[in-house]
Amino acid sequence: MEKEIAFYAGQQRIVFLHNGKMDPVRIEEYIARDGYAALAKAISTMTPQGVVKEIKDSGLRGRGGAGFPTGMKWDFCLREEGGEKYLICNADEGDPGAFMDRSLLEGSPHVILEGMAIAGYAIGANRGIIYVRAEYPLAVSNCTKALEQAAEAGFLGENILGTGFDFTIEIRKGAGAFVCGEETALIASLEGKRGMPRSRPPFPAKSGYKGKPTTINNVETLANVPAILLNGAQWYSSIGTEGSKGTKIFALAGKVNNNGLVEVPMGTTLRKIVFDIGGGIPGDKKFKAAQMGGPSGGCVPEEYLDIAIDYESVKEIGAIMGSGGLIVMDESTCMVDVARYFLEFTQEESCGKCVPCRVGTRQMVDILNRITEGKGEAADISRLEELAKTVKTGSLCGLGQTAPNPVLTTLRFFRDEYEAHIHQKTCPAKVCKGLIRYDIIEEKCKACGLCKKACPVNAISGERKVPHVISQEICITCGNCYDVCPFDAITIS
Amino acid sequence: MKQITCYIDDKAVTVAEGTTLLNAARKAGIDIPNLCYDPRCAPIGACRLCLVEIEGQRGMQTSCTRIVEPDMRVATDTPKLNSQRKRTLELILSEHRFECGTCDTDGECRLQDYAYDFKVQENRIPHIESRVKTRNYTSGEKALIYDPTKCIRCGRCVAICAEVQGIETLTLRNRSGQVLVTTGFDVPLKESTCETCSQCISTCPTSALYERSAKFAGKLKDMNRVRTTCGYCGVGCQIDLNVHKKTGKIVRVTSEVGVVPNDGNLCVKGRFGMDFVGDSRRLTKPLIRTGERGDGAYREAEWDEALDLVASRLSKIKKEAGPDAIAGFSSARTTNEDNFVMQKFVRAAVGTNNVDHCARLCHSSTVAGLAKAFGSGAMTNSIAELSDTPLIFIIGSNTTECHPIIGINIRQAVQSGKSKLIVADPRRISIARSADIHMQQRSGSDVALINAMMHVILKEDLADRDFIASRTEGFEDLLPEIEGATPELAEKITSVPAETIRKAARMYATAESAAIIYSMGITQHACGTDNVLVLANLAMMTGNVGRRNAGVNPLRGQNNVQGACDMGALPNVYNGYQKVDDPKVQKKFETAWNTKLSNKPGLTVVEIMNGLESGKVRGLYVMGENPALSDPDTNHVLESLKKADFLVVQDIFMTETAELADVVLPAYSFAEKEGTFTNTERRVQRLRKAVTPPGEALEDWEIICRISLRMGYEMAYGNTEAIMKEIQSLTPSYGGITYKRIDKVGLQWPCPTEDHPGTPWLHEGTFARGLGKFHTAAYIPPREQADTAYPLVLTTGRQLEHWHTGTMTRKSVVLDDRVPHGVLELNPEDATRLGVADGEPVKVSSRRGEVTVPARVGDKTAPGTVFLVFHFKEHPANALTIAALDPVAKIPEFKACAVKVEKSS
Repeated sequence: MEKEIAFYAGQQRIVFLHNGKMDPVRIEEYIARDGYAALAKAISTMTPQGVVKEIKDSGLRGRGGAGFPTGMKWDFCLREEGGEKYLICNADEGDPGAFMDRSLLEGSPHVILEGMAIAGYAIGANRGIIYVRAEYPLAVSNCTKALEQAAEAGFLGENILGTGFDFTIEIRKGAGAFVCGEETALIASLEGKRGMPRSRPPFPAKSGYKGKPTTINNVETLANVPAILLNGAQWYSSIGTEGSKGTKIFALAGKVNNNGLVEVPMGTTLRKIVFDIGGGIPGDKKFKAAQMGGPSGGCVPEEYLDIAIDYESVKEIGAIMGSGGLIVMDESTCMVDVARYFLEFTQEESCGKCVPCRVGTRQMVDILNRITEGKGEAADISRLEELAKTVKTGSLCGLGQTAPNPVLTTLRFFRDEYEAHIHQKTCPAKVCKGLIRYDIIEEKCKACGLCKKACPVNAISGERKVPHVISQEICITCGNCYDVCPFDAITIS
Repeated sequence: MKQITCYIDDKAVTVAEGTTLLNAARKAGIDIPNLCYDPRCAPIGACRLCLVEIEGQRGMQTSCTRIVEPDMRVATDTPKLNSQRKRTLELILSEHRFECGTCDTDGECRLQDYAYDFKVQENRIPHIESRVKTRNYTSGEKALIYDPTKCIRCGRCVAICAEVQGIETLTLRNRSGQVLVTTGFDVPLKESTCETCSQCISTCPTSALYERSAKFAGKLKDMNRVRTTCGYCGVGCQIDLNVHKKTGKIVRVTSEVGVVPNDGNLCVKGRFGMDFVGDSRRLTKPLIRTGERGDGAYREAEWDEALDLVASRLSKIKKEAGPDAIAGFSSARTTNEDNFVMQKFVRAAVGTNNVDHCARLCHSSTVAGLAKAFGSGAMTNSIAELSDTPLIFIIGSNTTECHPIIGINIRQAVQSGKSKLIVADPRRISIARSADIHMQQRSGSDVALINAMMHVILKEDLADRDFIASRTEGFEDLLPEIEGATPELAEKITSVPAETIRKAARMYATAESAAIIYSMGITQHACGTDNVLVLANLAMMTGNVGRRNAGVNPLRGQNNVQGACDMGALPNVYNGYQKVDDPKVQKKFETAWNTKLSNKPGLTVVEIMNGLESGKVRGLYVMGENPALSDPDTNHVLESLKKADFLVVQDIFMTETAELADVVLPAYSFAEKEGTFTNTERRVQRLRKAVTPPGEALEDWEIICRISLRMGYEMAYGNTEAIMKEIQSLTPSYGGITYKRIDKVGLQWPCPTEDHPGTPWLHEGTFARGLGKFHTAAYIPPREQADTAYPLVLTTGRQLEHWHTGTMTRKSVVLDDRVPHGVLELNPEDATRLGVADGEPVKVSSRRGEVTVPARVGDKTAPGTVFLVFHFKEHPANALTIAALDPVAKIPEFKACAVKVEKSS
């Protein structure tokens, strides 16, 4: 049945294997679907080194965004001396529009727990922590239930399956700071401090939570682990591209017919995701760009629709894989406004610790605001480029280092739009409120009065049967009249 | 430690493993720009100016956070880096109110310097409109001011508050451009957990945090900065008095990071307690009493007249009743030089050994006890060692309040996991909150507690048998007493659970190294000497003496109480603890001072008071002490002082004691003096003149020399250095100490010769007395027990914001604002029984006197115990205390007497 629906037909579900197929909080169902078999295999037949090797061989890379090889990360931590180590599952999903971690935590909590226990065994940790957004109550509740069940069934706790391996997991809720997804800020938050990143090195593998060796993996990364151990590294590495193995979940959103979470093999083209799985753009509008990687990512224009998506290719374009946010934009989107929107998000979420991120992004947002309000100056583009460089080079953590990406990619691919805003004082996509005016086309107006009713500032005047008029002095260019007019009698210029 | 070589700007630099690139560069003479780094804190990495490029690594790295690796090649001064720094500076300045012309730190500001060095164009980046509220946590605050428009959000103040002061009062709030420094929930500073140390001011790289009183009182470049030693407690912090070049007034007090022993940190008194120096109530002219004693009528006199009067009256008493009818109180507040001259005057010019000072009231039991056990009565180890001592055992010391800088060292060591901490104190003092174990023993039950700890150590075979065998004597004699001192018995006496005593004993005995810290909670008891002896026993039994990170460490109270003792301001010894009844010593000093000297030990402080009452003592010369408020049973003290035939008081203010004097002589304060103080760790440090003394005041030693001359014994010194030369020649432990050698960093005695580096810890290899000696002591209850008439036990002490009898601290705007009066600490259980609410005034009375004071109801004291500070003349704690004396040291029992508390009508 699923296979007949284009949205599913194009997907390959490894991570999402169990989502929707079982009751997430019935461990029996999970066990019946080979649940915890990978853990049993790992801890009773493999050495920690063996598990690490398997993950290394699989080619699994971190799904949190940076794509660091997971096996190597585990190896660093495994090599650290000392008894007390920690395995942290980073479930502080914060990119606007991305919700794959939430879906996994809610729909397949046992997979995450199993992945964590395997990771804990591999690095030599006996304690795991799930750091999850407090805004995900169902995720917290399902994980809590799953934890109880797993402990009761002996998959967590002391002497798991009689192997002598101890592993417990606790859930800790984050307080809603985007930056706490950054691993050192996450650790600070766990330690009860203000969630602010610190410089690396030392990396958490050496000095993490409470100063002890710590591995932090993203939810989706950990969800890959049981499948790899069950099916083998060779199977896993047969999926994907040369440098990026397995599948990736994208949160497909924006101007696309089928929204939702999409799991595809690495190397799938953007065109396939947007047009085959996503069913194309609504209203037969033209594809303009896709914002990949959330607010830290970049805008990928039409000309790259056919490249095979993996960590390297995306980076080359100036975007990032990130957590897998994929927002589709059509011709009615203003790219300057998009850049401004994403930068404003990161600016507001900057923890404020380091100068370039705190002040530099603020200065950039101020310039973008000016440009979209029609007050741009000729030098603004070079100012933006200079500030972007300062912020990228000088910022302490990933948030600041990637914050200028939306600006830089839009400057690279849609420079003409910036120039139109600055020089001609026009917004080609007719979005920026400071640069557009709404007018009523006299001939088309049937004087129905809908626009007059919808106007929040009473800028529209007109009697019955007399074409209405918009007062430009009062109009705040909200666009309500444009949206409600049944006769296409309102123009934007 | 392993050494590592790296290459910074092609210069080979060799540094210890673990050094940061920033510090390695500094060592190579390369100053990498930075604004958020303070060596006292962990690197923050926020300002992004210290970026460097490391060969083979991508991008730029912060040199403050990067640890040097072997053969690392680093560039610190490339066009790329400097361009990035310039851009970053532009960003910093775009949120900083860049108005140097009206800034207090103008001329001494690194931000200003960097802006100049990097040729930053002020307005290339638009200034960000300040979104900050006008009111903040320092609005209306007396001590300091936070100006968010000057703040560069580097986070240093927050870091130092958490990491150095250990109290986490300051925090950052909001995100991104809205970040502000504030307190938790924005409560006003005064209502927060702030200890007003103002380490935050000391670390602020701009003028965003500043002393309120120093705002617009002079730019930093207009200040003379005079390095001297703080005149408050025995820690001996090195401070810089910032004196305005034009007005000659002390504008602010700073301290340089890196100085010994305080590393740039100060407490609220050091930072804000100097108002008294320039106070208009300073004594400026000699005064001669005109009315009845005590009615306060005085006339101003010329020095000659006043000195003639003193000399003639003292000479008369000496002639009529002999030299032993005269006594002198020397002072732990004044310099070594002053004390040396004072005791020399009493001994050589008057001819008696009746010289003593307030050490009698604080640590005479230490001097007596440790001398018996070890052969030397001083802090065995050093302050710096407390930063990494594996186990610290604090007993009877409210360290964070009375020795704040040592307190923060210990708190830091505990917080960083380097030290375990045991605290034994009848009150839940602030440092007890950091402790692994807090034993809340009844006041005066220490001997029982310590004996029980030794019982456990012996029973569980945790003693250091080798140390006992090779380094000590008298161990066998101790055993019968310890055998009976079970933790269960101790639980009955001390109220500390037996199991807790066992845990503490094990923790102390099994630590790799353990240091005992104690203070007046141990010494100020009628069994004070016994208390000290059992602590010495405990340390010797576990081999914790004579090495680093160990020892028995009395924290000395007054700034120069150690020095005053060293200088022989004690009735039984000359300077350097040379006994007056030792004929060889007598001969030595008779030769040196060219006069006959008495070999009869003199009277102690309380004995002198009793002597005044009985008429045995007729003349008293008080230098810089205020016994009318500081001595036990003040009503008795006042009666005694009134009976004096002749009383001369030499001080900087008209104290409660001076009000009874026949002649009052105006002296210099510490800020006007040259000389030396010896701190609690035996470190002799310089005092330097920073301001001009008021009126006709004279230096203490100078006044004494002039009187001595008039009494027929000439003491002529050109300056304090000349006095130090004599001290050096007559004091073996000071034999190597000269002004030149201690110009930068003080030396710790014993320092017998000029090539001796000083001694950080005592008794290594051998004790000062040869073998350490165990002394048996059994528990004796405090002299006065709670009973039905007086059912509560009063214990007394100090608090952070005030000093001694308040003559100095109560003249400080900030200190008076923080704590304008004392409170009686009362447990809720007792308060409920008495029907007393928090803040209500209560009448506290003992068999000797009564005071009225507001109650503070809380669980700091245990039920049955109340606490009162002795700083306030409005409710003097010592009107209640008992003059019960320790039989050996003659120290009074300030820490326990029976009182009753009633609601004040």
